[in-house]
Amino acid sequence: MTAVTDAPKQSFQLSMLINDTRYRGLTFQFIALVLLVFAIGYLVNNLITNLDDQGVVLSYEFLGQPAGYDINQTLVPYTSQSTHLRAAVVGVLNTLLVAFLACATATVLGVFAGVLRLSKNWLIAKLMAIYVEAFRNVPVLIWIIIINTIVTILPAPAAYRARGDTPADLELLFGGIAFTNRAVYVPAPVWGPGSGIVVAVFLLSIAAIFFLRRYATKQLYDHGRVVPTLWPSIGIFFLPTLLIFFLLGRPIGLDVPTIERFNFDGGLQIQRPLIALWLALSVYTGAFIAENVRAGILAVSKGQTEASAALGLRPGRIMSLVILPQALRVIIPPMISHYLNITKNSSLAIAVGYADITATLGGITLNQTGRAIECILLLMLFYLTISLSISAVMNVYNNSVRLKER
Amino acid sequence: MSDTHARSVAFVRKEEIPPAPPPASQAGVVMWLRENLFSNWFNSILTVLGILAVYYLVIWLTPWLANGVWDADSLSECREILDGTRGACFAVLTERWNQLLFGFGYPSDAYWRPALAFVLLFGAVAPILFSDLPRRLLILTALYPFVAYWLIWGGTIVVPIVAILGFVAGYVAYSQVVDRSFAGGALAGIAAAAVVWWLGGFISDEASGFLALSEVPSRDMGGFMLNMILGTVCVSLSLPIGIVLALGRQSKLPIIKGFCVVFIEFVRGVPLITLLFVANVVLAYFLPPGSNFDLILRVIIMITMFASAYIAEVIRGGLAALPRGQYEAADSLGLDYAQAMRLIILPQALKISIPGIVNVAVGLFKDTTLVSIISMFDLVGLIRGPILASTDWNGVYWELWGFAALLFFVICYGISQYSQWLERRLTTDQR
Repeated sequence: MTAVTDAPKQSFQLSMLINDTRYRGLTFQFIALVLLVFAIGYLVNNLITNLDDQGVVLSYEFLGQPAGYDINQTLVPYTSQSTHLRAAVVGVLNTLLVAFLACATATVLGVFAGVLRLSKNWLIAKLMAIYVEAFRNVPVLIWIIIINTIVTILPAPAAYRARGDTPADLELLFGGIAFTNRAVYVPAPVWGPGSGIVVAVFLLSIAAIFFLRRYATKQLYDHGRVVPTLWPSIGIFFLPTLLIFFLLGRPIGLDVPTIERFNFDGGLQIQRPLIALWLALSVYTGAFIAENVRAGILAVSKGQTEASAALGLRPGRIMSLVILPQALRVIIPPMISHYLNITKNSSLAIAVGYADITATLGGITLNQTGRAIECILLLMLFYLTISLSISAVMNVYNNSVRLKER
Repeated sequence: MSDTHARSVAFVRKEEIPPAPPPASQAGVVMWLRENLFSNWFNSILTVLGILAVYYLVIWLTPWLANGVWDADSLSECREILDGTRGACFAVLTERWNQLLFGFGYPSDAYWRPALAFVLLFGAVAPILFSDLPRRLLILTALYPFVAYWLIWGGTIVVPIVAILGFVAGYVAYSQVVDRSFAGGALAGIAAAAVVWWLGGFISDEASGFLALSEVPSRDMGGFMLNMILGTVCVSLSLPIGIVLALGRQSKLPIIKGFCVVFIEFVRGVPLITLLFVANVVLAYFLPPGSNFDLILRVIIMITMFASAYIAEVIRGGLAALPRGQYEAADSLGLDYAQAMRLIILPQALKISIPGIVNVAVGLFKDTTLVSIISMFDLVGLIRGPILASTDWNGVYWELWGFAALLFFVICYGISQYSQWLERRLTTDQR
């Protein structure tokens, strides 16, 4: 047996940079860094030369200048004299608005379609399969344009106007809602004095419902007593708010749209591009969400259903207490990435003329000022912020629902 | 025993009664209807609603399809022929057929070239899609890009031949050196290919008329052909880049890993349309002054970047799904990083990620329609622009959009069915 000795200390040689695993990583990284610096330097150098040639200096001063174009759908006050920055803010809010609306409806649609596709009803299951496949396999841009075309078929606002003695072709739905090819008009709330109290009471009653439900659950778990929640909840939801509303003398009124010569006046206007984009994104993403929901429900093994049935749970309870909590763990992560996709796909608003951030900052502002680099940098920054914050939320959620292994 | 019994009773049946048919409600169509359509009141309501929906759809669509006019020169002529009845005006498809497929710039006497390239595409992808086919057919796949380039863009055949020779020379040099070190082999391969291309440049300049098809500039590409070109080129280019990015993101070297993470997250965080804007108006600023990349090339660069980030994430999933034992086994065999990846890890990881890659490919193919927004005339751009704006066909929405949707549906649905078939096949394998 030979004694084990330490390897003799080698003096450092140049070849060890490649051949010795201790140094090889450093060598490769150094090479990569040098290449990267050269590549970036090359691109920046080109950029500077090109800008010099054209006599352009990068600056964001154009954001302070008047935009000079109109936007038909705005959430904040905006005129054509407002600055480009304000136009961009309008665009950001519009993007968030359509993304929020589409996320909500796509979820509802997707859950319904996903559950119905698993239904034992042959016809319904097949119809849902057709819906899912048709929408998943055709580009969203084509769907946006098709739905925009469909919305255009709605009657012109003039159809709601009586001409002299002849009555109007169409009546307002519920006396206040009009569907036209320009926009959908719905009554807008008018906030009078004291309306804040009504809203506060409404919020308080929702909180009260929440606490009632927690109390009921606690009673059930601690003492085995069933506290009824359904009717009390409904009562708390309506009664206090209505009581305060009428006691204060109806502080919240409705501004009903009225037909003028060519168009409606007053009320809340939801312009056609917004509706087309909203519907298209909802049905398109709904198809994807339906597949996720289906996969999530199928992922819960049949034994779980049978076990809970053996415990004597009713079908509704089996769904809400056993199946859904397990299925949600599979459903939610892809769902959030679909929400992200909706936000990114909403940039196609430019195809139907909805003024989202891509259409204002990346479209008209860019074309008017010619500030391509600045505009697109800001645009990307906005989308990156949204994506990264949604990813961060998703990571937190994933960690919280992760299977706790013992 | 039986004798006494036989005597004590008046009648004993000797043969078995044939089984009675089940009640009408428990068999055949009726049972199927009861179980699948009318099992309870809620299902019955759903069924009735479904039947009504289908009924109205059929009622509404049938005359439109049946009365369709296939031969007319304009929408007004269509309306004259229809004479008040409801019907589609499919004449726009027949009249603009070539435009829809090839764009309006492509020379009409050369339509056979992209058509032939399209047919050959099936031969080229078949060996990749169906692993039962003999492996030697992969040579066709390798040759296809050069042939397709020659067919679609035209020019002398010397250019693609030189390109092939460059790759062959690179591969020969690589296989000579790769036994000693992978990095050395890769470098030698790149060097050999570069030398061949450089020398070949002189030859192709000299022999520009040799076996030449008429050249077609990129800006003349359009219609569905443009979608197909963008889709296939970008997917095939983004696969190797995606693999490299995925490996880089898994790497232990912080600089390389950091670069890959930043790249992937950046590209995945912005919509494709902003990247297309970059291709359209910004990219030119970053290219050397005086260089003149055409728009298609710039768009291909950006879409490839976009797709490779998504493919990298899919492959990263595949890499993460491999059990750690595979990595450790490769290490314990004494394989170095390149060998372990090439021989052990990637073949398995890629196999797991095939369905995901197909999904990305389908998504990407659909997203090629976005180039219409930066005013390129792909199928969607062509319909929105020249066709719907022309005085002849202004107002023919349904026929055109239905046709576009149908084209995409057929291809995307086909690919996704293939992917499901493949998934079923792969699950019966080892894992």
